[in-house]
Formats: sequence, structure tokens, C-alpha cells
Amino acid sequence: MQENIFKINEKEYILPGNRACQGCGLSLAYRYILKALRENTIVAIPPSCLCVLHGLYPTTSVIVPALNTTFASNAASASGIVAGLNALNIPDITVLALSGDGGTYDIGIQSLSGAAERNTDFIFACYDNEGYMNTGTQRSGATPMGALTTTTPVLTKQEPKKDFLKIMEAHHIPYLATVSPSYPIDLYEKFVKAKRIRGTRYIHIDTPCPPGWGYPVRDTVKVGKLAVETGLFILFEIENDRFRFTGRSKTIAERGKLTPLVNYVEKQGRFKKMSIEQLGTLQASVNSRWNECLKRAEG
Amino acid sequence: MNDVRIITGNEAAAQAVKLAKPGVIAAYPITPQTSLAELLSEYVERGELKAEYVRVESEHSSLTVCISASTVGARVFTATSSNGLLYMHEQLHWASGSRLPVVMCCVNRGVGAPWSIFNDQQDSFSQRDTGWIQIYCRDNQEILDTVIQAYRIAEEVYIPVMVCYDGFILSHTMMPVEIPDSGLIEKFLPPYRPHTILSSDDPKTINPVFFPSRRENSKGVLCDGYMEMRYKLQAAFEKSREIIVAASNEWAALTGRDHGGMIWEYKTEDAELVLTGMGSIATEATMAVDALRDERIRAGVVGIRTYRPFPKEDVAQAFKKAKAIVVFEKCISYGYEGGLCSDLKAAFYGTDVRAPIHNYIAGLGGRDVKTGELVDAARATLDTVGSGETGNKTIWLNCHTGIEAEDRG
Repeated sequence: MQENIFKINEKEYILPGNRACQGCGLSLAYRYILKALRENTIVAIPPSCLCVLHGLYPTTSVIVPALNTTFASNAASASGIVAGLNALNIPDITVLALSGDGGTYDIGIQSLSGAAERNTDFIFACYDNEGYMNTGTQRSGATPMGALTTTTPVLTKQEPKKDFLKIMEAHHIPYLATVSPSYPIDLYEKFVKAKRIRGTRYIHIDTPCPPGWGYPVRDTVKVGKLAVETGLFILFEIENDRFRFTGRSKTIAERGKLTPLVNYVEKQGRFKKMSIEQLGTLQASVNSRWNECLKRAEG
Repeated sequence: MNDVRIITGNEAAAQAVKLAKPGVIAAYPITPQTSLAELLSEYVERGELKAEYVRVESEHSSLTVCISASTVGARVFTATSSNGLLYMHEQLHWASGSRLPVVMCCVNRGVGAPWSIFNDQQDSFSQRDTGWIQIYCRDNQEILDTVIQAYRIAEEVYIPVMVCYDGFILSHTMMPVEIPDSGLIEKFLPPYRPHTILSSDDPKTINPVFFPSRRENSKGVLCDGYMEMRYKLQAAFEKSREIIVAASNEWAALTGRDHGGMIWEYKTEDAELVLTGMGSIATEATMAVDALRDERIRAGVVGIRTYRPFPKEDVAQAFKKAKAIVVFEKCISYGYEGGLCSDLKAAFYGTDVRAPIHNYIAGLGGRDVKTGELVDAARATLDTVGSGETGNKTIWLNCHTGIEAEDRG
């Protein structure tokens, strides 16, 4: 199933003129997600940047059926779509719940954990822009240590980012993967694969956000790549509890070397007050997680 | 041959759900709703009811599952009580705002804090303004019949319906209930047709952000704004009164059982003392009326069956001859009085109903309400007529209100 850029579905499901910010990592990711999932997809949307991207009534630039719900309930909403389709014997529809990090790590964790424990037949994808960006960059459970947000405006966030992938892994779902819009083919392939798997599939999207992270809008792809190059964000998939590096991370693991984290941090305004100690802590945790992944890939 | 069984209120509700054949059920256990959720899962697992039963991790999710399944086009059911209903609060608004015909049983229970597992109606009363039709049942047969009527009403006006009945007093008390045959249900309940289809053939984003003003769509047609959507819900509520009455009448014609559409009356033809309430306390009021009539007091009961939409015209008519009115309520709007009492007074404004109204707050947290107490309360209200005392009162029935510091804790 190895795809290349020429095999990517040419149809566009997000028409030009959506309401996302310039340089939005989500709109880039969403474009390739929908190309991968194609028609016969229903999207569940919480109040978030995605809700804004979809537009203001009565117009939308997205041509897939989508259902908005409340912040805490996106996974439950998707569960209801799945249950309703089953009850009506409507087959072959991919149900995608797409939530931000707030709707996944924080307010959405209960309904997501419940749906995953029931092995609900849907894809839950988290577009992680590491904060409440839709409301103007407040701290979330996904915000990294040392980041300035509007609710950690002076001292920066003191606690490390929640290791959410571990939480999802502990549900032992059939498929778990990480993707970055900076690597669209890897992203595309994983969603194509996820579409064919039954049960709960969780995909984590590293989602650079120019206004929230404080970098020029033209640098979204670059910042996303640096996250992977530094090992801060690792491209991998876990299928039936088996770990595998993918894409650029696989190449680095096999014959490359991680770039020091400072190269990623210095590009972003949100880290301008990060202390040397915080950077050291963050670098140490990146190293330890990378080594852990290397071991898992061998084992 | 009539199928009459001796069953609890929860089983009556479960039997009704089985007859209405929802495609999706989602429920989370809470006392005293629990046996209803259990029975339905048993029906589904035994193959007696062909439905997707989603055993969710919370009430917030149970209603969410129903909302989305209903959007897709499935008939849905959920049930809860007390804090479970409060936890659904956000989704209650979402269901009505989405104009989805969700049917839910609220097995009425007091709300915390402090904890009480016992009956009162503060739970559903506190959700009065969420845009749900609320119907209060007074016995187990009415629970069964009302759940079926609820689907008919909800799917005709696209407003969710909450069927409320008293925890333990009805939910766990066995009474004879006639189970209609499924052929009758098919006659009464046409298939559910969703108002908007979520389909790839005609992709739509449902419930996006609305602006305050009306906006044009891509074809230049001016579409509703938020306020127009809200007005349409209110207009549907106004229209729902006749639908509720029609459903009740048609059901009565099919089964011979008439529970009243908006209200019901007991011995009111000549009544000068009128007792009122919702649910089982109103049933108890009928016994109080019999006792009062033994004393040659011309008493009657007007039971409020449908609380939202409020039966404003029905009550103005039904209370016309009353010289004294007694409102018994198992809930209160803190800082004012019982909500039903306020609503009745508002409905009477500008009409000929000028009788004094006494409001009794009774039975909170399962405190026993005895018929004799209702009799005494009613008699005391009647005694004020002609005494020159016209003021309205809120009285806590069978409550030690001399509360001083020593009683705390």
C-alpha cells in the first residue's frame, strides 16, 4: 500500500476560502485526512479551531457531512453516529472524530476513554496544537513545559506535557499512530490504513499553530519538521500492540541523528522565557523517550 | 385477550420502549432509574429488542449518543435520574436546539448536596427551561402509555420529550399494567423521519456557528440567524399542545385509556376547593379529595400532566370555579416558591381566577406525604376564604422549620 505523492487522491474536500488562520497546521492536515478517507466519511466536531474552519452558517467550505457537538462529548457523539448507522444498517461509512488537544487531553478525555474502551468503530484524531488556541492560546494539558500562554503569561507552564499517547496505548486499541502535516504522505498513508481497520483507531497530529506558537506563518511546515528532526515528536504507529517507526523518524532511527531541541525552541516566541533548566529537562525527556522507542522498535 | 401484568414503573417504561422499537439506546446507571437500564439491556441481549445498546461511561455521553444517533435517523431512548439528569444539562439544550425527537425517562429523585436517593422532583424541575416537553405520570400504566405517546409527539414536532415519574413511589412499586400488542403500536406510531440527513450525498455541517444576524447562503437566499432558530423552537412548543392532546385522544380511542393530554381532572365539576400537583402527589390528592368530600367539602383535583408546554389555557378554564387553590409540589425555586405555583399564578393573571393560592412544598428527599396531611393542608387553605386573608403562602409540609443552629448537621 506504499503511496507516493502521485497516488494521493486528487479530489479536494476543503475548498479554498476556509476560516482557518494563515499557515494553520490543522487545515493542512485536514486536507490530507479527507483525501485519505474520501467520500462516505462523517466528521464529528467539537467547538474548536475545526468548528471555525468549517465556517459560519449558512455556508461552509468543507464538502463532507459534519456534526457539531459540545466540547466534552466528541467521542460520544461519534459513538452515536456509529450506533445510529448500525441501527439503520448503513454500511461502509468512516466516522472520524477530530478534536483539538483540549477536547482530547482535558475536557474530552472521559468520553474518548469510554469510546475506546468499548472499541467503538471509529477514528479519533487529535490535532494537538498544544493549547486552547481557538480561545486565544490558553494553557492545556498538552502545553509543553516552558511555554508562555495567556494563562501562564509570566512564569511559563511549569508542568510537562501529559503523555497522552501512553494513555491511549493503555486502551489496547487496534491502531494508534502519530502524524505531522509536515509529512503529508506519511499522514495520508496512515489514514488510508486506519480507514481499513475496524474498532477504535487513534491518530495524533502534531499541529503547528503560528499565532499560538509565535512563528511566521510561512514556517509551519518547517516547525513541524523540526519537531520530528529533534525527536520531540516521533512518527510511529502501533498496530495490535506492535510498535513501528515510520517516515522521517524511521530514517533517523536507522541511520540518522536527532537535532538538538534548542533549534526547535528558538524558532518560537512561546519559548522566549524558557529557562536553561527547563530546556535541559525537556531535552532529557526527549532523549529518554527516543531511547525507549528505539528499544521498542528492536524488540 | 388483554395482556395485563403486575409490574414496576421502571418495567412499564421498559415494556413501552420495547414496543416503540428504538434503534439506539444509551444509558448510564443511577438509582432509581437502574432497573430500567438493566431491563432494556436484557431485552437487547436476549434478542427481544433489536437495538444498539451503548453502555456509556456517563450521562453526558448517554444523551450525546442519543443526539447523534437521532441526527443520523435512528429512534433513540435514554433514561436517568437526579444528578445524572443534571450532568446531562448541557446536552439537554443541545438536543432541543438540534430539534431532535429524543425520548427520555426521568425517574424523579432529589438532587445533592446532601445526597438523597429518594424521590422529589427537583431534578426535572431544574431542567424546565432546557427546551424539552415534560410530562409527569401518576401511575405505572400511564408511564407505559406516555412513553409511547412521547415518541409520537416528539417525532411530530421535533422536540425532545422527558417522561417524568416518581422514583420508588412508581419506579419500584408494582401495579397492574396492560401491555398493548405491537400491531396497535404500529398503527399509532409511524416511522421516524429525521428533518436533516447527515449523508455524503448532500454534505452539510450541522449546528455550526451562527451569527446574530441573518446571513445569505451561497445562492443568495437569506437564512435564519440564531434568534430565528430559537423562535422556531418556541413556535413548535406552542403548536405542540394540540399534538399532545391529539396523541392522547387517539391513544384513548385505541386503548380506552385517557390520561389527559395537558391536564386531568378529578371531581372538579362542583369543586370550590381545588388541589393540584404533578405526578404521584396529585394521585394522592385524589384520595385527599375523597376524604374531604366525606366531610361535605366540595373538593377536586386538577392534575398537571404536561408541565412544558405549560397548559395555560387549560388551567385558566379548569380553576375558574375554584374558591381556594392548593398547590402541592415536590420541588422549589429557591428564593421564591414552587415553580408550578408561580406558573399557575402567571396563567391566572388577567383571568377570572382570583382565589387564594397556598403552595405546599412537600415530600422533598422522599419525606413521606400522608393523605391526612394533604387533607389538613387543603382544609386550612379553605378556612382562609372569607377570613379576609388573601395573601398567597408557601408552607413546608411536615417539615421541622423551627431550624436553629442546634439542628444543623
